[in-house]
Amino acid sequence: MKYNQQELLISVIADLLKGSQHVAVGMASPIPGSAALLVREETSRTDKPLRVSMIGGNANNPFTDGGRELFDCAGQGRIDTFFLGGVQIDGNANINLVGTGKYPNMVRRFAGSFGSTYMYLMVPRVIIFRPEHTKRVLVPKVDFISAPGISENGVFRNGGPYALVTQLCVMHFDRKRSRFRLTSVHPHSNIEEIKDNTGFKFDHPDLVPKTVVPNEGRLLLLRKTISKEIAKTYPKFAKDAFKDAT
Amino acid sequence: MPLFLKLNQLVEKIEAGSLVVLPPDYSYVPMASVFSLIKQSIKGLHIVFAPIGGLAADLLIGSGCVKSVEAGAITLGEFGVAPRFTEAVVSGSIEIKDSTCPAIHTALQAAEKGVPFMPLRGLIGSDVLKNRPDWKIIENPFVDKEDKIVLLPSIKPDIALIHAPLADQYGNIWIGKRRELLTMAHAAETTFVTVERIQNRNLLANEQSAAGTIPEIYIGGIALAETGSWPLALPGYYEEDTISLSEYANVAQTREGFDKWVQIVLKTKFDEI
Repeated sequence: MKYNQQELLISVIADLLKGSQHVAVGMASPIPGSAALLVREETSRTDKPLRVSMIGGNANNPFTDGGRELFDCAGQGRIDTFFLGGVQIDGNANINLVGTGKYPNMVRRFAGSFGSTYMYLMVPRVIIFRPEHTKRVLVPKVDFISAPGISENGVFRNGGPYALVTQLCVMHFDRKRSRFRLTSVHPHSNIEEIKDNTGFKFDHPDLVPKTVVPNEGRLLLLRKTISKEIAKTYPKFAKDAFKDAT
Repeated sequence: MPLFLKLNQLVEKIEAGSLVVLPPDYSYVPMASVFSLIKQSIKGLHIVFAPIGGLAADLLIGSGCVKSVEAGAITLGEFGVAPRFTEAVVSGSIEIKDSTCPAIHTALQAAEKGVPFMPLRGLIGSDVLKNRPDWKIIENPFVDKEDKIVLLPSIKPDIALIHAPLADQYGNIWIGKRRELLTMAHAAETTFVTVERIQNRNLLANEQSAAGTIPEIYIGGIALAETGSWPLALPGYYEEDTISLSEYANVAQTREGFDKWVQIVLKTKFDEI
């Protein structure tokens, strides 16, 4: 069964949520949000259904104590998985959401660090999702550290980088070695393309597996059920993302 | 008991140079007050967002009302980058105090309690912390082992500026579950509110409405402003005006486009106030 790029990325992220119990989805995250809702549906009849808490809208948003509750929840360890993006990401999994050039009057300024500076240290598994896979994004060293990939001894850290998902591949982060390791390549790409477009060094096995693509059951669930659920938070995305869904 | 005023009378009470806290775009944003601030040309403001800014930030910055801004981020969300904010930061015409969302919530919570600072986990190792000389790292005094933690000074705004669906005749304000507004009101010296409606009732008289109410203790002034969060949504009441928002995101890319858009809005929507 044919799938589009968005459906592939949703499925890839869904596979990374295996073992998670409570996923929180931050602002402007329709693809991670769809993946979380998909896994919730797939695990709904098991003894460990996934709990999904989305901010940015009323749907699937359980919070009643204002904007701070997500962070308080994370601080207590009630959330085990979260997503972050990045204007730049480097080989030590440092994330930059602020801009490029010299701070503060940067060459290109972006929105800001949001909750990353805190969440990256508090949530056990953070999945970095950035579709653009170029040397402009995946750099040797970020221009500004919104959230550090690793911490020194003596700094309380409950969590951090788990995996990086781009439109070309999946990498996992080895916290001990402070390096990414390529784990799978999406069907339309190959390791040469990934090396050519990554600005930092990473490890990889001799034979890199192909990314598992969504099967028919998952695609049908996505198109019939999840598309409606994610539309409650991201109506525009839901309209466009499942357009080829026939 | 708070004063019931006209919009322009309410807003003219905000002095130039005040520290004003504003809600994020997903909450109840006082856009009518923002347009009135621009119209009355109240300048030198220090604005703090609880915890991220959007259209209100971009409009105030583009209109030259802002001296400094503190936020976890400033963005127009699905409408893209905040163009006037971006231009002002790159050109250095405003001071930016980059923060992170939970740090702002926490600093406001310190002000709620009237304590000078509060600790927060995370942050260590970031350039956010490195660029905040006002934030300090200490060792946790309650354990024997090494355990660094950051202390954030309280943020005590002069004014919290919010919009809400409803005020009662006593000046109590209904905010439902938008409880960041409650934190803002607790933290600030006083709170100025625009509302969609004013009703002859007492919101504190029953448990259900009292639970979503800011009591009038914290409220300094109230003005009626129907569709007062336009062009943003008032969640649960009306949707955002996506046409106006996309138009803004588009034309505000240039100084001229921005000025023209603001002038038209002030003339067509805020002419007599």
